[in-house]
Formats: sequence, C-alpha cells, structure tokens
Amino acid sequence: MIKVSSQLAARMKQVEGFNAGSCFHCGTCAALCPLGYKIVPRKLFREVMLGLEDEVRASIPLIFSCLLCRMCEVNCPQGVHIADNMRSLRVLFNRQEFGLE
Amino acid sequence: MPLPIAPILGIFADNVKKRGSVLPLSKRTATGWAKGLNLPRGGETVLYTGHMYQMIPAIDAMASQMALLENSFLTKFFGIGRVMNKFVSLSFFMGLTASSKKMAHSNQVLRDIVGLLRDADVEFGYLYEDEFYAGALLYDDGLDETFGAHARRVAAHLKKLGVKRLITVDPHTTKMLRQAYPHFVKDFDIEVVNYLEVLAEKHPQAAKQMNGEVVVHDSCVYARYEDICDQPRELLRAAGITVREPELSGKATHCCGGPLESLFPAEAHRISGNRVEQLEAQGKNVVTMCPFCWVNLSKAAGDRLVINDIASALADGRRQAASGS
Repeated sequence: MIKVSSQLAARMKQVEGFNAGSCFHCGTCAALCPLGYKIVPRKLFREVMLGLEDEVRASIPLIFSCLLCRMCEVNCPQGVHIADNMRSLRVLFNRQEFGLE
Repeated sequence: MPLPIAPILGIFADNVKKRGSVLPLSKRTATGWAKGLNLPRGGETVLYTGHMYQMIPAIDAMASQMALLENSFLTKFFGIGRVMNKFVSLSFFMGLTASSKKMAHSNQVLRDIVGLLRDADVEFGYLYEDEFYAGALLYDDGLDETFGAHARRVAAHLKKLGVKRLITVDPHTTKMLRQAYPHFVKDFDIEVVNYLEVLAEKHPQAAKQMNGEVVVHDSCVYARYEDICDQPRELLRAAGITVREPELSGKATHCCGGPLESLFPAEAHRISGNRVEQLEAQGKNVVTMCPFCWVNLSKAAGDRLVINDIASALADGRRQAASGS
C-alpha cells in the first residue's frame, strides 16, 4: 500500500527553494551524475510532489550524498534547480527527522 | 553500518555555535601562514582565506579516521560522541593528527597567492585572528538556521572592522560570501571578488615565462556556481604554461568527490578515483584550484600524478626569477 501525505508538499513549500514542477522526466540528470544511477532526482522530486513521504524518507542517505556539483543542473533542459532542491530536502529532513537547524 | 548523518551534522552545528567553526583551529594554525609577510592588519580591502586552506589538512586527517569507522560497529557511538563534543572539542583533537606536509603545502599556497597579488600591485590587508570560517559546510548540509546566525555574526564583525571588499582564495568561501550571505544577511553590501578574477583583470606580466604543461582540474563550485573558468586558463597561458583539458573540463568538470568525505568516505574515494583516471589520460602534472580538490585527488592519485595548486604553479615563475634559475 502506498501512503500519501498531504503534508509533505506543504512542508516543502515552507522550505524556500524547492521547485521541480517543470521536470519532464527526461533522465539527463541521472545519466550525468558522477554518483552513477544511485540518485535519480526526477524520481525523487516526483515522490516529493506526490507526497510519498515513506519513499522520500527512504532516500535520506541519497539526499545527503548528492555532491551539489550541479553537473545535472547545468544540463537540465527544463532549467530545474536540482542542486538547490536537494539542499532544500536536506533542510526539511534536518528539521523534521534529525531535530537539527 | 554507514556513518550516521544526524550526529555528524550535529557536531558540525554545535562546533559552529560554540566554537565558531565546523573544525576549530588554533590561532597559530589559522594565521601562521602569514608570518613574516608583513601584511597590514585590516583595511577596506582584505584577503579573506575563510580558513579553508588552513583547515584542509585537519579535515583530511578526520576524513581518514571516519573512513576507518565507516561500516564498523563504532558508528553506534557517534551520538555519545556528539554529547562529549559539547564539552570537549573532539574534532579539534582529531585534527591534531593533520599531516605537517599538507599543512606546509596549504601555507605555501596562501603565501603564493599573496606574492601573486603583490606582483600585480593589488593592495590589501589581512584580518589575522579576526577572520572567521564562512560556514560552507553548514549551508551545503542544509543547516540553514545555524548557518544564517553564523553568517550574520561574521557579516556584523566585518562591518564593524570597516571591511568593504573581500578578496577570497577558494571556491567555497567565494560562493558563501557572494551567493549565500546576501540571501541570509540583510543589506550585505561587502564586495566579494576572487583572487583569480583580480589577477586575470590585472593582466600581470609574468616574472618568468615557464615552458611546462599542466592538466587543469576545474572546481565544480568555481565552474558551475561562480563562472570562474576562463581566468585560470588565461593566467596559466600568460605564464607560458600549456593548458591541457581532461575529458570533462570547464563548465562540464567532474567532481573530485570532496563533498562526500565527511559522510560517505568510500563513495568519495570512488569518485576521486574516477577523476584521477580522466586527468591521468592527459598528463602527469595537474593543477587544482580548491583545497578540497587538491587533497582528495592527491590521496586518490598517490604517486601517479603530481598535483599542485594553481597559485603555486603560477608562482613557480616568480620563485625561479627571484632565485635566478
């Protein structure tokens, strides 16, 4: 069963900077990532927007392993701020899961 | 077990709140590099190291210790470590095992930057113990409240000292002061320029034309956040050095793996190993522009490559001219 959280997207809105609405799932980001296919930003961002909180939570190690190197971002045909989005997810989980600010 | 994210980030945040830096340095380690250079204290334009070059040998020592702990049962005790660190700076003690060779390298790079700026007739001061870490690791790891409070403290301090222009020396401090501070600090109006930009703009006459060739490894932060790609190449060419480009370079540069050293050391080593192979395909002499790139690639390359910071590569000419060789 998939649990959908109506809160996740709302909480992400409170964390400034997250915006993946224009992603059209081409996969350029994952193909260029120096980490290989371990991080798939398009999948992760879609899970965030759909409120699939458990899936997003399971990706915490991947969220914190992003290099923020912007290799994906400068090549994104839709101009999604992928590295900023990853950083915004860190802000969210630092607050929500780790009690860190 | 992988290294636990929460207590490690907690230690970083606690250190900044309590001790002003993710990795507190002694006054001697932070400012010792400037000994004998007669840099004027303060002024409107100052060279701002942000402690990154000085910190990197200690970070490297800590990362090596963390790599040994990765996937061991000891990872369970990081929570206790965080509590202890509130009273005694564990990271400071871990940093005491920093390699003296790497510290000498970092100090020499900073001294070379001063020499290059002086040759280009740039006037500047230095803040000595009044200089602080800019907070890059906090920002990158998403510790925004702690970062914001730290940035406001640093900015207020700079304002009080009458600083109007900062000349930065590494990509991470440049990005923090130029992109993050204006966002977190109201009315942040200090001009931030990087020494490579300053040097390239001045078109300094090289003290001596060199004949060598180097493979350039761009920093991701310089290339894709700060748009500093052309300046290093212009400076190298002006010094008579032939620039060779690896498979991924300039705006398309490949990360050195450095950002993962504190939380995912094994993955960091895999990425730095991949980059070393790309660089090695173009030549043995490599220049880096970031202390993190230098330390990570040097570790991965071992004896396969000779890796030097761009400041030292550029300063070789002035050193040779001074010694008459």
